[in-house]
Parts: sequence; structure tokens; C-alpha cells
Amino acid sequence: MHTNVAEFLEDISGFLGSYYLTLGIMNALAALYLWKQRGKGALALLWLVVGMVYVILSPLAMSGSAAAVPQLPEGLRNFIDANTGPVIYSVGTTAILVILYLFRAFFVRPVVAWSILNLSLLYMGLSMADPEFAAIVTKPDNVPIVALVFLLGFFTWLATSKAVENDRRAEEGLPPQEKEDNEKVLVWPDLVYTELICMLALTAILLLWGIGLKAPLEEPASSVKTPNPSKAPWYFLGLQEMLVYFDPWYAGVVLPSLIVVGLMAVPYIDFNRKGNGYYTISERPFSYLMFQFGFLELWITLIILGTFLRGPNWNFFGPYEIWDTHKVLALNNVDLSQYFWEGLLGRGMPKASPGAPTFTALGYILLRELPGILVLGMYFLLLPPLMATTIFRGFFVKMGFVRYMVLANLLLFMASLPIKMVLRWSFNLKYIVSVPEYFLNF
Amino acid sequence: MDLGDTIRNSQIWKSIFRHPMPVDRRNRIVVMLTNFFLHLHPVSIKKQGIALSYTWCMGGVTFFLFLAETVTGVLLMFYYRPTLEWAYQDILALRDVTTLGILRELHRWGAHGMVITVWLHMYRVFLTGSYKPPREFNWVVGVILLLLTLLLSFTGYLLPWDQLAIWAITVGAGMARATPLLGYEGPGAQLLQLGGIPMITNASDARFGLLGARFVGEETLNRFYILHCIAIPLAVALLIAIHFWRVRKDGGISGPL
Ligand code: HEM
Repeated sequence: MHTNVAEFLEDISGFLGSYYLTLGIMNALAALYLWKQRGKGALALLWLVVGMVYVILSPLAMSGSAAAVPQLPEGLRNFIDANTGPVIYSVGTTAILVILYLFRAFFVRPVVAWSILNLSLLYMGLSMADPEFAAIVTKPDNVPIVALVFLLGFFTWLATSKAVENDRRAEEGLPPQEKEDNEKVLVWPDLVYTELICMLALTAILLLWGIGLKAPLEEPASSVKTPNPSKAPWYFLGLQEMLVYFDPWYAGVVLPSLIVVGLMAVPYIDFNRKGNGYYTISERPFSYLMFQFGFLELWITLIILGTFLRGPNWNFFGPYEIWDTHKVLALNNVDLSQYFWEGLLGRGMPKASPGAPTFTALGYILLRELPGILVLGMYFLLLPPLMATTIFRGFFVKMGFVRYMVLANLLLFMASLPIKMVLRWSFNLKYIVSVPEYFLNF
Repeated sequence: MDLGDTIRNSQIWKSIFRHPMPVDRRNRIVVMLTNFFLHLHPVSIKKQGIALSYTWCMGGVTFFLFLAETVTGVLLMFYYRPTLEWAYQDILALRDVTTLGILRELHRWGAHGMVITVWLHMYRVFLTGSYKPPREFNWVVGVILLLLTLLLSFTGYLLPWDQLAIWAITVGAGMARATPLLGYEGPGAQLLQLGGIPMITNASDARFGLLGARFVGEETLNRFYILHCIAIPLAVALLIAIHFWRVRKDGGISGPL
């Protein structure tokens, strides 16, 4: 960890300098590309100017002096740290996804997409001048996640712009773009050469990556020195983040199993025959939205949260905040049964007298947790038929009983996570059903 | 005759490649049919099926990374002993003294890369609706491959035997203790008793099965080493073969009907 900011800036100046230079070149190339097309001169000029700004930033960053290195104002960083938390983060990312979806026709326009890319890269650069931010992002095992975020952004843009185009064509009664390319070509040379070039490029990338970034190696394993925080490998951090809201049996065993089963079930529950073999959104909005929500929001953003924003004791830390082991957050979460018996009825929780036979004790536990059991029972047993006769009526008719039940239950399990999150944030609800006697908390 | 022609006309060359250079249409077809490595492919293909903007080449990249992992992994095995005494030392040596120490970087970044590209591949397959009939089963094979890719990465994570490694595995594998019925801290495990003696204890539950011990220790290292170097790669190789076979049998890369 860099305690001395001046030293830190010195260290990172080389990286930042070449980073901005690369961004400058990137924009210059875009300008060149547009210049060659007719009638895009104004845009070319725009990106040329942007590129030049980066080229000016580059030596400033290279200087490594606190006064010159471009960075976010301290006040803004403190504001971001003070005002972010799991709630803002999750609600915010969901809202962003919704906006991107609703106005997708606008966001896929190359000018807009390129501007967003530029802004996010600039934001990265400015943030990298912050020692805390840099310390986490440049941890060798975290670098791939940064790559993942940008790759996902790019491919989502690519897929969405193709889908938007195809949907527009469909409105005009034209077949999808993919259909235009129906001509057959020989695999040698067309595919074999592409593959060869890909392999060479990948080998080069892997070698450069290997030379540029050392694999991490910490102190030798010690079973007595527990690091704080102890984190699973990055691709499981979404699951670890779920542990905030659920017990391990559910977040660590049941939900992951259901993710695998649910993914396998996808082709068998998606009865919509349209949208096979081309990009489209409006011909399959339901499956599209469910997948995007599950993948981008419940998997990817949770991984990002778990990696970059969860520090010691799994507390939330803003992106520029020092990971202080002593940060204490008051936890006053309350079980539903407690809300019911003590809050609502104003009496003690039902409890078997000590030494009562197991059977009696069990009866009391059931009684105590009755409110939660009823809630869960309604959620998992009542909702599927209810939905079948209302919002999912069409689905139910087309899918038949078994398929529909599989779909409904998978959706309910998936929804249990965001629902529990919201309940926790708004009511400090700890468990809906809490039977610690049998490790059965939900 | 120049050297190239001499070589191409030699008996040795001709015994390996059973046709002239694929410069004309006929031989471009023959090469696809007679070369072992190329016969995975069809002879001709719809243009859109090989458009990078359609497939993103992500399945191919994942496969490439799997091969790269296999090669670098085998080479790393020459330098690494999976014992408490040596595991960390050997990795240290790879970092500080071994000439080909970069193998470790290639292997680690390739592994991270593979996790990323397999997700992107699934993302593309979903967004193009390519799991729809007749490709349902290949999607299922894919999901298993996805799971195995994560497990490969996970088992490999332990091998350097540093703090990062054992605690990540402790946290990850620790979940198994909460498996319903089968974990000693899982719901319902107390119910499994035989004549008053609990069947599921911390020395007989799911986590114990995974770790080979009550804690991440030498047994775990051995277990994960074998899973990582032999068992899972074999399973992945088999499934990839089925996966590719099915891509062909299901009518090639998907496209609009
Ligand atoms: C080790 C992992 C995997 C490897 C090496 C692999 C490789 C490939 C390759 C090379 C293709 C040809 C087309 C392309 O490149 O996109 C393909 C197609 C396909 N893959 Fe995978 N794949 C893997 C995992 C998966 C996963 C996780 C899924 C889905 C959950 C999946 C589902 C499919 C399907 C349905 C196709 C046919 C797509 C089409 O026809 O458009 N694969 N795979």
C-alpha cells in the first residue's frame, strides 16, 4: 500500500503517461477512419481534438508531480466515497441498465458509444491517480476484471447495435442482416486463415500480458494467519457477495446449483421460436431481459462489487476509501419472527421450556417461525398458479404445466436475491425464517 | 527446381500431405477432408457463420486458451511438486530463478482469460438465440463446460500454496459445509443419525470429501492437483470433442432460417 502520495504518483506516472498517449492515438485513428469516409469531416475533427487533449494530458501525467497529474478533485472523491454503498451501487447499476435498454437505439449510435468509451477511459485514468483506487485495481488478479468490464461493454454494444438494426429491418419487412450473408465460402482459406491470425494475435497478447504483469505470489500459506478480507477467487465473488443476504447453504450451495440447472433448462423453457441465429431484442424481449438481468446485474456487477468495493470484514468501501480494518458498521438486523412476535404483538417469542422433548421443541420452533413459513409458502406455492392466471397466462397456455412450473420456480429463486436485498436495505430484515437450531435460516 | 519444390516433391512430404498445395478449388476442398486437424471443419460454410461480428470467435478463443493452458500446464508440471514442503518453493523458483518462469504468468493469465472468454461465448450464444432447436443439447454441453472451466480455475488457484491460494480455497470450499443434509453445518444434517450417532460430522461431510481433510491441507493439495492436472482436463477435452461434433451435426453455426 502506498502511504506516500508523492512516491505513488512517481511510480504510476509512466503507466499513466503511456495510457493517455494510447488514448490519444486511439482517437486519432478513429479520426483518420472517419476522415476517409465522405461527409464525416466534422466528426473526424471532433475526435482529433479529443485525441489532442489526451496527448496534452500525457506529459502532465508523465511528470508525476502532484500539481500536474490529472486527477479527480479530492472533494469529488470524498463525495463519491461518502455517498456510495451497496444500495446506491445496486439500484444505480440497475437503473443504468434500464436506461441503456430503453434508449438503446440512441446509445448504440457510434458517436454516442465512442463518447461513452472515451468518458469511461478518462474516468479510469483520472481515478488511477488515486492511490487507494490504483492499489485495488492493479492487484494482478483484479486486472482481468477490468478487462472483462470493457470487453462486456464492447460486446454488449456490438450485439445491441446489430439487434437494433435487425429490429428496424423487421419493421420494414426485411430479413435480418445475417440473412444477406448467406453465400457459401470455402473454409480454406476464409476460415482457416482467420483462425491462424487469431491464434497469432492471441499468442502475442498473452505473451505481452505475461511480460507486463507478474503473477501474484504472497507469503507462504499459513493456516493461522487469516487475511482480512478473505476472498474467494474473483469469479466466485458474486456468490460471496450473496452471503451478505443469505446463509451459506442457500448462497453457496442452493443458488449456484440452481444457476447451473437454470442455465441448462434455458433451451427447454424458451418456447419462442423466433430470434434463432440472429441478433434481435424485440422478437424475444422476455428471455432477453431475464438473461441480461441475471448475467449483467446479478452476476457481473456483484463480482465487481465483491472485488473492488468490499474490504476488511466484508464492509463496503468507496472506490477511493482507505481499507481500514477497524471500520465498524452497526448491524441491527432483525428477523421476521421477531418483528412479528415482539414488534407487532408486543409479546415474547414462543419458546419451549428447557428440557422439553424434541417434539415439543420442534412445535414451538414451527409456531415461532409461522409468519415466515407462511410468507415463503405463499411465495413459492401461491405465486406460480397466481402468475399463471394473470401476467404469465399466455406462457402457461403455450408451455404446459411442467415447463411453466420450472420457469416460474427458477424465476422465483432468481428474484429471491434482489427481493431479499431490498428487504434488508429497507427494513433491516435479517431472516424471513430463522431456525438456527437446525442451521436453517432463509 | 528450387528447394521448396524439392521438398514438396519428396516422398516424405507427400506421405504426410496427400495432395498438392491448396491453391486451387479442388485442393482447397481436399485439404479440409484429408488433414486431421482441419477435418473438424466443414469444407464450405455460410459467410455469416464466420463473420467475427457474429460469433466474436469466442468459442474459438476459449478453445485456443484451453490448448495454451494444456501446453503451459504440462511444462509447469516439470517444475512443480504438489507437497507442503515444495509447492511454494517451486513457485518461488519459477518467479526468481527458472529461465522459463514466464510460463507461470502465461498459465495464470490464460486461465483468467479462459473464464472471461467462456462467459463471453455463452453471452453471444444466448444473444443470437443459438441455443434454440436443434442446438438445445449443445447448449447443455456448453453449460457443463462452463462449470468445468470454473472448477479448473478454482482447483488451480490452490497450487501456489501461498496465502492468497489457501484462503481463497478455504472460503470457496467452505461453502460445502453448509450443503443441505450433507454438510455438517447444513440444514437437516442433524437429522441424519444412526442409533443416536450423527452420520454427518466435520470428518465425513461434503466439505471433507472435497478437501480430503477438515482443513485445507496436504490432502487437499494432492486432491486438487490431480483434479486440476488430470481429471478435469480429461473431462473438458472429451466434452469439447462432443461440443464440436455437435456444432457440425446440428447444422453448423446458427443462422437465420
Ligand atoms: C470450454 C468451453 C467451450 C469451448 C471451447 C467452446 C467452443 C465452441 C466453438 C469453437 C463453437 C463454434 C462457434 C463459436 O466459436 O462461437 C461453439 C459453439 C457453440 N457453443 Fe461453445 N464452447 C464452450 C463453452 C460453451 C458454453 C459455456 C456454452 C453455453 C452455455 C456453449 C454453447 C455453444 C452453442 C449452443 C454453440 C453453437 C452456436 C452456434 O451454432 O451459433 N459453449 N462452442
